[in-house]
Order: sequence, then C-alpha cells, then structure tokens
Amino acid sequence: MSTEVSTNLPPHPEKATLEGKNKVLGFWLFLGGEVILFGSLFATFIALRSSFGSGPASQELFSLPLTAVATFILLTSSLTSVLGIQAMHRNDLSGVLKWFGITVLFGVAFLGLEIYEFFEYVHEGHTMSSGAFGSAFYTLVGFHGAHVLGGVCWITGLIAKLPKKGLNVVTAPKIYVASLYWHFIDLVWVFIFTVVYLMGKVG
Amino acid sequence: MAGHGHVAHSPKRHTGLMDWLTTVDHKKIGILYLVAGGFFFLLGGLEAILIRIQLMYPDSHIFIGATFNELTTMHGTTMIFLAAMPVIFALMNAVVPLQIGARDVAFPFLNALGFWFFFMGGLLLNTSWFLGGAPDAGWTAYAPLSSAFSGRGVDFYVLGLQIAGIGTWLGGINFLVTIINMRAPGLTFMRLPMFTWTAFITSVLVLFAFPAITVSLVLLMFDRLFGANFFDASAGGNEVIWEHLFWIFGHPEVYILILPAFGILSEVLPTFSKKRLFGYSAMVFSTVLIGFLGFMVWAHHMFTVGLGPVANAIFGIATMLIAIPTGIKIFNWLFTMWGGQIRFTTAMLYSVGFLPTFVIGGMTGVMLAVPTADYQYHDSYFVVAHFHYVIVGGMVLGLFSGLYYWWPKMFGRMLNETLGKWNFWTFFIGFHLTFFPQHFLGLLGMPRRVFTFQEGMGLDSMNFISSIGAFLMGVGFIIFVWNVIVTNSKKQDAPADPWDARTLEWTIPSPAPEYNFAQTPLVRGLDALWTEKMAGNKKMTPAEPLGEIHMPSASILPFLMSVGLFIAGYGFIYHMYVLVGIGAVITFGCMFARSFKDDPGWHVPLDEIERTEKEARA
Repeated sequence: MSTEVSTNLPPHPEKATLEGKNKVLGFWLFLGGEVILFGSLFATFIALRSSFGSGPASQELFSLPLTAVATFILLTSSLTSVLGIQAMHRNDLSGVLKWFGITVLFGVAFLGLEIYEFFEYVHEGHTMSSGAFGSAFYTLVGFHGAHVLGGVCWITGLIAKLPKKGLNVVTAPKIYVASLYWHFIDLVWVFIFTVVYLMGKVG
Repeated sequence: MAGHGHVAHSPKRHTGLMDWLTTVDHKKIGILYLVAGGFFFLLGGLEAILIRIQLMYPDSHIFIGATFNELTTMHGTTMIFLAAMPVIFALMNAVVPLQIGARDVAFPFLNALGFWFFFMGGLLLNTSWFLGGAPDAGWTAYAPLSSAFSGRGVDFYVLGLQIAGIGTWLGGINFLVTIINMRAPGLTFMRLPMFTWTAFITSVLVLFAFPAITVSLVLLMFDRLFGANFFDASAGGNEVIWEHLFWIFGHPEVYILILPAFGILSEVLPTFSKKRLFGYSAMVFSTVLIGFLGFMVWAHHMFTVGLGPVANAIFGIATMLIAIPTGIKIFNWLFTMWGGQIRFTTAMLYSVGFLPTFVIGGMTGVMLAVPTADYQYHDSYFVVAHFHYVIVGGMVLGLFSGLYYWWPKMFGRMLNETLGKWNFWTFFIGFHLTFFPQHFLGLLGMPRRVFTFQEGMGLDSMNFISSIGAFLMGVGFIIFVWNVIVTNSKKQDAPADPWDARTLEWTIPSPAPEYNFAQTPLVRGLDALWTEKMAGNKKMTPAEPLGEIHMPSASILPFLMSVGLFIAGYGFIYHMYVLVGIGAVITFGCMFARSFKDDPGWHVPLDEIERTEKEARA
C-alpha cells in the first residue's frame, strides 16, 4: 500500500499496487454502468428516430463525408492512446506525453467537427424542439460529445502534471483508466455512426 | 455518536463537526447514512400519517387535492430513495468491510462522496416543500403528467433524485470492488457471509439499474427545461418510454432493497438458533438468481399499458419464476431454526416476524403477476397493501433486525432489549393493522392515490382500522428513537461478541477501532469465527505480523463537490444558469484538485495500535 516513487517501473505498473488494482477494476465496473446509460439512450433514440416533427428528415439532414471524417479521427485517436500505453509500459515518459498529446488533439478536432455539425443542423431547422427525433439525436450524440469533452479535459490534466510527477505506480493507473475511458468513447461512437448516421441515411 | 477514544495524534485528524464533514472512515460514513436515513424515514413516516389522517373518515377535507398528491408523492419518493437506500448503505458500510476482514473500503474518498451526493440530493428535493410546493406527480412521475402538467415541484424531483442517484451509484461500485479485491486471506467467495453476498448482488443491481433512471430523469429534465419532445405525443414523442426506463430501474430497485434484508436474516437466524445457515450454497445461488431475474420483469408494472398478450404473458411468467428462489430462501430459514437453540432477542423477533409477513407479500405478488387478474387489482389498494407487505413487512423489519444486531458493533452500546420488544410488538401489530385491511379495500374497489372515499360504501371501518394501525407504527418508531436516546447516554461497554456470533466482525472490539483489524485475520472456513470457536481457539489466527497501518486522509472535498451540485441543482430549477456555472466550477474544481494532489495517507503508529487493543480488551 505504500506510495514510494521508484524509477524502475514494474511490468504492469497500473496493477502493481492494491490501489491500482482497485482503480482498474472499479473503472471497468464504471464502464459497465455506462453501457446501460448509453444503451438506454440508444433505445430511446431508436424508438423516436422517425418522428421528425417539424424538422428535416434524417435522410436529407446527414452528410456522411463529414461524419466519416469524424469517425476516422476518433478511431485513430484510440490507436494513439494505445501507443501511449505501450510507451508507458516501456517507461518512456516522453512517448506517453507525445501519444496522449496527439490523442487530445484528435479529440479536440472531433469536437470541433461536431460543434460545426450541430450549428449546421440548427440552421436547417433540426433542433432540440423540432421533433422527438431532434430531442433524441441531440441527447444521445450530445451525451457522447460531453464524454469526449470530459476525456479531453481529463487527459490534458493528466499529461500536464506528468512531467513533474513522472511515471510511477501512482500515475500509471490514472493513465491506464483514462485510456480505457477513451476506448469506451470510441466504441460508443462506432454504434452512433451505425445506428444514428448509417441507419438514418438508409431508412 | 460513536466517539472513538483516541487522542488527536496526527494533524490529519479532525474533531467535532469537521470530523463528520471530512471523514472517509466507512464506519463513520455508515453512521452518517444511518442518521440521514433515519431523518428522512421520520419525514416519510410523518407524510404517511398525514395521509392516514385524511383517509381515517369518509369525505374528510383536511389534506385534499394537490396537497394530498404532494403527500403521496413525497412519501413514496422519500421512503424509497432517501430512507430505505441510505439505511441499507449504513449497514453495508458498517458491516461489509468488517465481515471480509478489510481495513477499509476500496475507495474511501468515493464512499464519502457517495454519501454527500445522496444527502444533498435528498435535501434539495425536500426544500421543495418551502419553495412553492413539493412534486405531485406520484413517486413514479409518469409522463406526460410529470413532463407537461406539473409545477416546479417535479423539477425538484428530477434534480434531487439525479444528484442522490449518482451518489448511490458510486456507492455500488465501491462495494463491488471492496468485496472482489479486499477479502482477507482464505475468505473465498463460497465462504463469504450471506450479508456480504447480498450486499454484493445488491451492488451489482445498483450498478446496472441506476443508469436507467439517470437517463429517464435526463429525458424528463430536457423535456421540462429545454423544450425537448421525448414525452410529447403531438411532436412524435412517446410517453411509454418513461414507463419502460423508470421500471427497468424501478424493478431491480425493489430487489436492491430486499436482498440486504435477506442477508440480515441469514446472519441473525443462525446466530440466535446456534446453528449454521441451512443450505448456504442454495442461499447464494438463489440470491444471484433473484438478482438476475430482477432485471427481466419490469413490464409487470405495465400490464395495463397495452403491450399485448405475448409480452404480458412472458413478463407474468418471469415474475412468477422469482417465487422459486425466494421460496428456497424461506424454507432454508425455517430449517435453520428447526431444532436450534432459539433465543428471542429483539433482533431475532424482527427476523422471525419477517417470515410470515414477507410470505404474505410474496403471495400477493404472485397474484399480481397474473396479467388478467392484474387488470382488476391495478391501481387499487390491493397493490398498496402488496408492496407495503414486501417493503415494510420485508425490508424494514429486516433492517430493524440488523440494527438491533449490529448496533453494539457500530456504537459500542447494546440497545435496550425491553424497549426493543415494545418497539417490535407495537410496530409489528401496527403494521398488520395498517396494511392487512388494505388488501380488502383494494378488492372492494378503493383506488390508490385518491384523497377521499364516500360514506356507506363498505370502506369506512377498514380505513379507520388502517389509520389506527399507522398511529401504532408511529408509536413503535418513537419507542425505537427513545431506545436510541436512552442507549446513547450509557457508557460504551458492549463486548466484542455479545451474541455468541459466527462471523469476522465479532472478532474485533465494539465499536471497531479506526483501523478495524490490528492484524488481518486468516479465514479457515465458512463462519470464520465459529470455525475457530469450534476448534477451541480464543481468537483468529493472524495472517500478518503486527505493524503500522496505512490509512487514507480525511478530506473536505466530497462535501464541497456535493455542495457544488446542490447549487447547480437550484440553478437548473430556477433557470439561473449563473448558479449552474458556479456549482459546476466548485464540483469540477474539487475533482481536479483531487486528481492532481495525490493523497499519501498516514500511518497509525504501532504503540497506538497496541494501546487501543489493550484498552478494548480490558
């Protein structure tokens, strides 16, 4: 249970202490609950996805090239976070900073595209109040966007402090669970891309 | 309160109010949950008595219309979310780490955070009484009544429950990790005490059920505050979505409530029968099965919505299936007592009183599970009688049993047994007087949630009896509070093992020292302490040498974070987004402070451990 800082990292620094093990397991359970959270939002969206009300229909609204670029950016950011974790396992601090820094930049780019997309939609009359589809769309996609924003702030905070704190058995679990979170966000987006955009485009 | 006899040793230790605001000790958090839960139980009970005063005579005009709706809504909401849940968490906090031989929970900081979120959420909800009226759309807050036709009270319901729910959810994760990762050496899953098993399954249900209500509250909030159309049929919305999401949470919630009571019985009955629990493995698997099936039956709350005969049949049969593992439990408890050396302490009385009462509630549950019959029972007092039999006759009796049983371990003092027996008999008789007639009121056609009834329809005398019973239950609860006050003024003289019990929590002094176990014990069988007693050992075999003990630091951040959400809650309710911003800055600021500043904790020095242990054994 001690918190001494050593320069030699054990092979799996994220689970080398009981605190680390607790944190990783607790985070997996947290993600389990998040699955229900997004599952409920998806179920609501699927039930309401054809109730366009006074707004435009999803077929004319969505632009697949834009969301395809967003998808590509977010999937790539998952890869860079894996490279960051590999750097952590090599005890390579600068590698961790570099790869997670790139992950954050990708996250910001994704958010930028999403905000642009929402602005466009509002101009086209697709709003929270234009119909049940609008409400469900902004709630589901917005919840995901808020998760991305949270992840960007979190990882930024972590890597800002990392040069001073260094890689050790206290910081390693924090980085590890942040990367788990990032993968989860990515996974949710895969479902959003399929259920919201692809299905919205075809019918 | 359970003052610890320590002198202030380290600057990390606070005293007085600051100690309670900053504590991360699971034992103190348990007491906080108990006090807060007891307070809300008192409020909810008062609301119940006001309801029964209105319904005592036909055609009364004391609490009518919106006031009556507020009373029923707040009674249900308060009892479920703010009284039952925290008292369960009080016992889980007080008992689970001790039963598994742990020094603390996995996330002490998160544990405190969970409590303060729950408390601030409950407080926010209850301030609605003074700020323009409480929610009045029923504790189930069905849309579109709640989304389009209710006043500001429902905003308090939405925000208050959202904040409290997040707290409960965090608590669930904390207990899961604690039980999985922090068991003492030798304590395998199939040696876990039953209370810990039920706490484990309850936490699983909390983890997977609460996100559903989080989402339903978010949808309702967006409809009410941001002009969304989830439940507005004219804009393509669908109000049945609320019912589904609410009950996908709501049905597991009733198992969240009852399973810990099952666990308490499984500890109390063996102890006071001086026999091991009959059918331990069957008890474990029936608990798991009940937890699993609990997620498969939510639509039995929606039989009359019109989901169709196939859906109704499937959910009806799934509901009846739950009677099987529950029946296994009832028989195992009876066989545990069979041939035992039974001692009728107050704790035992409550557990024994549970059995017939809960069987009645379970039986009406199977009756309600028949969809065709449910069309008759639906929304009548029969349903009210049913769920009070399982929740009060089941869970509350179980919780009282657990409180009498573990009180010495929590506070170092034994509750008075004479007052305890008065408490039991008044509460028990009052309970049956209140709710037994309600079965027949329901069958005679008296609808629930309606504030009056007409004279001469055959409802007068049973309503009168029901109200008398409610007063008697009130008397019973006052006797309990009196017992607590009387007991609290005595000195802390409870022995470590006052009941000749079987599990690990009874191997350490009462109340448990701050670090729980001076040495982590080695568990060598089911009922760890009883195993050693049977082997002729006076104490547990330690699994480690005596040494300094590492403890987490106290922190004010959980309290401040919940204050932030409390402020943001008002911001949303009153559309004052400056307040939302201020609240968010406080909460997220504390989160970042917590994340950036690592807590190295502190160590209890060896001489202090030796002194504490010596004083406790003296």
